[in-house]
Amino acid sequence: MIPIAFDYVRPTTIPEAVAALVASGEDGKILAGGQSLMPVLRLRMAAPSVVIDCSEIADLQGVRDDGNSIVIGAGTTHHDVMNSPIVKEHSPLLAMATATVADPAIRHRGTLGGALAHADPAGDLPAVALALDGVLSVTGPNGSRDIAAADFFTDYFTTSMAEDEILVSVTLPKLGAGWGYHYEKFQRTAQGWAIVGVAAAVHRSNGNITAARIGLTNMAPSPVRASSVETALSGADATVKAVGDAAASAADGTRATSDLHAAADYREHLARVITKRAVLTAGGI
Amino acid sequence: MTAVEEVPLSPAGNPIGFGNMKRVEDQRFVRGHGNYVDDVSLPGMVHGAILRSPFAHARINGIDTSRAEQLPGVLAVITGKVLEGIPRPDLLGDNFAWMPTLSYDTQAVLATDKVRFQGQEVAFVIATDRYIAKDALELIDVDYEPLEPVMDAKRAMEPGAPIIRDDKGQQDNSITDVHGHKDWESGNAIGTAEAIAAAQADPDCVVVTQEVMYPRVHPAPMETCGSVAFLDKVTGQLTLYTTSQAPHAHRTVYAMVAGLPEHKIRVISPDIGGGFGNKVGIYPGYVLSIVGSIVTGKPVKWMEDRNENLTSTSFARDYHMTGTIAATKEGKILAVDVDVLADHGAFNGVAQPTNYPAGFFHIFSGSYDYPNAHCKVTPVYTNKAPGGVAYACSFRITEAVYLIERLVDCLAAELGMDPAELRLKNLLRPEQFPYTSPTGWVYDSGQYENTMRLALEMADYDQLRREQAEKRARGEYMGIGLSFFTEGVGAGPRKDMDILGLGMADGIELRVHPTGKAVLRLSVQSQGQAHETTYAQIVAHELGIPPEDIEVVHGDTDQTPFGLGTYGSRSTPVSGAAAAVVSRKVKDKARQIAAAALECSPDDLEWQLGQWHVKGDPERAKTIQEIALLSHGSLELPDGVEGHLEATTVYNPPNLTYPYGCYVCVVDVDPGTGQVKVRRFIAVDDCGTRINPMVVEGQVHGGIADGIGMALMELIAFDEDGNCLGGSFMDYLLPTSMECPDYELGETVTPSPHHPIGAKGVGESATVGSPPAVVNAVIDAISPFGVRHADMPLTPANVWRAIQGRPVRVDMAVE
Repeated sequence: MIPIAFDYVRPTTIPEAVAALVASGEDGKILAGGQSLMPVLRLRMAAPSVVIDCSEIADLQGVRDDGNSIVIGAGTTHHDVMNSPIVKEHSPLLAMATATVADPAIRHRGTLGGALAHADPAGDLPAVALALDGVLSVTGPNGSRDIAAADFFTDYFTTSMAEDEILVSVTLPKLGAGWGYHYEKFQRTAQGWAIVGVAAAVHRSNGNITAARIGLTNMAPSPVRASSVETALSGADATVKAVGDAAASAADGTRATSDLHAAADYREHLARVITKRAVLTAGGI
Repeated sequence: MTAVEEVPLSPAGNPIGFGNMKRVEDQRFVRGHGNYVDDVSLPGMVHGAILRSPFAHARINGIDTSRAEQLPGVLAVITGKVLEGIPRPDLLGDNFAWMPTLSYDTQAVLATDKVRFQGQEVAFVIATDRYIAKDALELIDVDYEPLEPVMDAKRAMEPGAPIIRDDKGQQDNSITDVHGHKDWESGNAIGTAEAIAAAQADPDCVVVTQEVMYPRVHPAPMETCGSVAFLDKVTGQLTLYTTSQAPHAHRTVYAMVAGLPEHKIRVISPDIGGGFGNKVGIYPGYVLSIVGSIVTGKPVKWMEDRNENLTSTSFARDYHMTGTIAATKEGKILAVDVDVLADHGAFNGVAQPTNYPAGFFHIFSGSYDYPNAHCKVTPVYTNKAPGGVAYACSFRITEAVYLIERLVDCLAAELGMDPAELRLKNLLRPEQFPYTSPTGWVYDSGQYENTMRLALEMADYDQLRREQAEKRARGEYMGIGLSFFTEGVGAGPRKDMDILGLGMADGIELRVHPTGKAVLRLSVQSQGQAHETTYAQIVAHELGIPPEDIEVVHGDTDQTPFGLGTYGSRSTPVSGAAAAVVSRKVKDKARQIAAAALECSPDDLEWQLGQWHVKGDPERAKTIQEIALLSHGSLELPDGVEGHLEATTVYNPPNLTYPYGCYVCVVDVDPGTGQVKVRRFIAVDDCGTRINPMVVEGQVHGGIADGIGMALMELIAFDEDGNCLGGSFMDYLLPTSMECPDYELGETVTPSPHHPIGAKGVGESATVGSPPAVVNAVIDAISPFGVRHADMPLTPANVWRAIQGRPVRVDMAVE
């Protein structure tokens, strides 16, 4: 790695990190696990004046049960998230999606908070946070605030966090009884980025689908809910045909892009195919 | 072959001869103790970095280096203008701004007038560390005037297309070879045309024409290219550590290019982290590290990053092929005609024997028995990176095999005939060998049908077809693909082949020390082929010295004899033969010495592995180790026999060797997404005698993975502005173990009749044979949708489009 020269600090508390970020003006960059930042530095696509390494901040670590929800520290590694008994019990969709992130080496360094704050449109976890109605807690020089996932992701690699704010934790409502889940990721190689991903949680009762939450990865500059599919599934029969009919609208309202891996029309097709598969699996149909 | 069981084992447990033996190289590699170019650190060493063009085609109106020169730590900034000012007293050019390519073309070391591909070298910064060198690149101001880029070979041929090589006074974008030809032809043009015309007129015959593109791919070796150069001004000695598959050839070219005395140049190729042809050519970076050392008086290291390697170093393929195949309705092939548009990029940098301008593409007639074949290859300049030698291409046999194997499958589809049956009907028969092909190649040996039947049996081909029929009935799309390939490898006979005037024979030296340990000095250069293991086994096989007692030295021009290096699967056919021949020379000399010691006539001795003994009296014997000591001792030697036990030889192969094989690939295609899963891969290779079957199998494994990658995912694509879209491993996808099945390997052994140990080259066999097997399988799977052909890479998106009957141009970016 031959980056442009930068300063490096490693605070051990959140206030220290915020202070370092404020002091850096507009040019500071938070380092969590470094799995996205380091490649960007290597390619000289970023030139931060200071890199603020938050990996030693104890208050950013860990998963806790908070009654009706679970709270995950932003600095918790993917490996720890997917292996957390609390996550596996109460937010198994997150555990499943996290297990598809890249490869074990990356999952041992990369963090949930880093992935969400980076807001890569091809990242798997923003769609999960969105589908599960997650709430992201951020802290800045003016104190802390909570941002709903629906308001957090605003554009390519862009969030509603201010430049001097740090993502501290993610709160996910517990999935109660009757919910099934599945993360269906379409990728070209086993460790590749999602061409399209679908995070689905489906609630069933008496042979019917009573509710569905569906987040789409890489179908727009930021993750989107497949709202029309969710509406169509609400109260639908738990049959292959009904799910297929509902999934036909999966690409509605999306803004898929074209790149070397997939043209927009192919992504839209994939969204429909994969949404159907994700919902069928999540619903045990 | 049962040779494996018959070979005695050494005290260390290694076969004294041929058989499975762990690679001795791996002892250091798996411990992280390999020594690569980037591990080389010399006292006082400084670092170079290259400024590269962001444009595919642009005029350079000026370069301002002043800001970069003022950055503390920068020692020098070299531009094309600087190089133009250094006269070069030789026949290959006027100054250092240009260098010759391996095809007698010229290539800019640093651009002077124009840049001709994105990533082309524009300036070279030398600084005290790599960070400063990179920082300085951003301080160089280049005034570019963008020109229309020519990214499509077909566009390059159009009248009025921008002229890329105006530096040569070209009026179009055609490429002329050293013999003055713009089209490179082989075979029988008239007979082929007549046979095809007759077939078209005959209701009992069919003629099938298919356009097939083999798109541009990159070898992507794990280790990128680089060099460390030091010109010692006191001794006048230039030492160059470099990532070279051919250190001796490189040294000679440097001598010619730089006007430096060859005896004052030492080229060292330490451990090489993969080559695949990517490290055959000479890159501007190597030359610039030398110039940098001349300018600064210090050792200069230059090492590419991944993006530089993928965008600027030697690509492979980029062949637009149109094939026509004629046959009877019973499936007897009558003739094949081929027309190729070959995209060579901005400089014709292909490494190929001078007399074979399209490399060995002339083997396109394949493994089949028919009299009429003709091909025409038209090369063209475009605004893409130069190269074309790379990726285990066997000098473009890869393209040839892909084309004929796709054509045969297209013919089978047209005839409604099983592709296995069609191949079996047309394979060359054992009694036809040595077989002179329609283009004049002489295939040395083969028992093709045996090999193919073994592959079909291992695959349980008939059962696969039944399974496929059942699955199709329930809407599942499984495909079975076959390929049968023949390669001509081991370049080559000096009467036929040279590169830049250098003949392709290989020297070798074998020296047995007084204690019976030996050192073998090779001209060829391992990039992972396990030469340190297999060459010791060849000597062990010939002399009975345990392989662990034989040191194999390679990769240093000061320590090894001249030869042309390792590529095109030539090491075993040429240097492997040399190793056997030089061992036999030593054995003959050992016989003289043993006879003197045993006080008998040499004619009274017979050889038993590791010793000469008196015929009929094995007790009266001298082992090779005893003879080695005697040769260095005080024993009175016969007239004409000198002391010591050593020999040299230069091996000029009488012919190429012709390995072949039959591959069967089974895929499942998801019709919803277009995703292809390779479920099984059966590979039966016949490469003649196997020195170390485990090493052969490793090479086949790697080659199949290569082939799966090229067939399904690898691609160097460009957009119409000339931007390379394959500049990182996020976009240039390589298969991992997760995308590859468990390989099912088989072997038949048909020795080469002209090779001393009967071996043939195998390094590229699987890379050559596997892409058509994978593609044929995918097309077979989606043939119910009416698909007869789709170009590689068969990405999910491309398969999805093919299923819908939507054509796709794979090599250009989607809109």
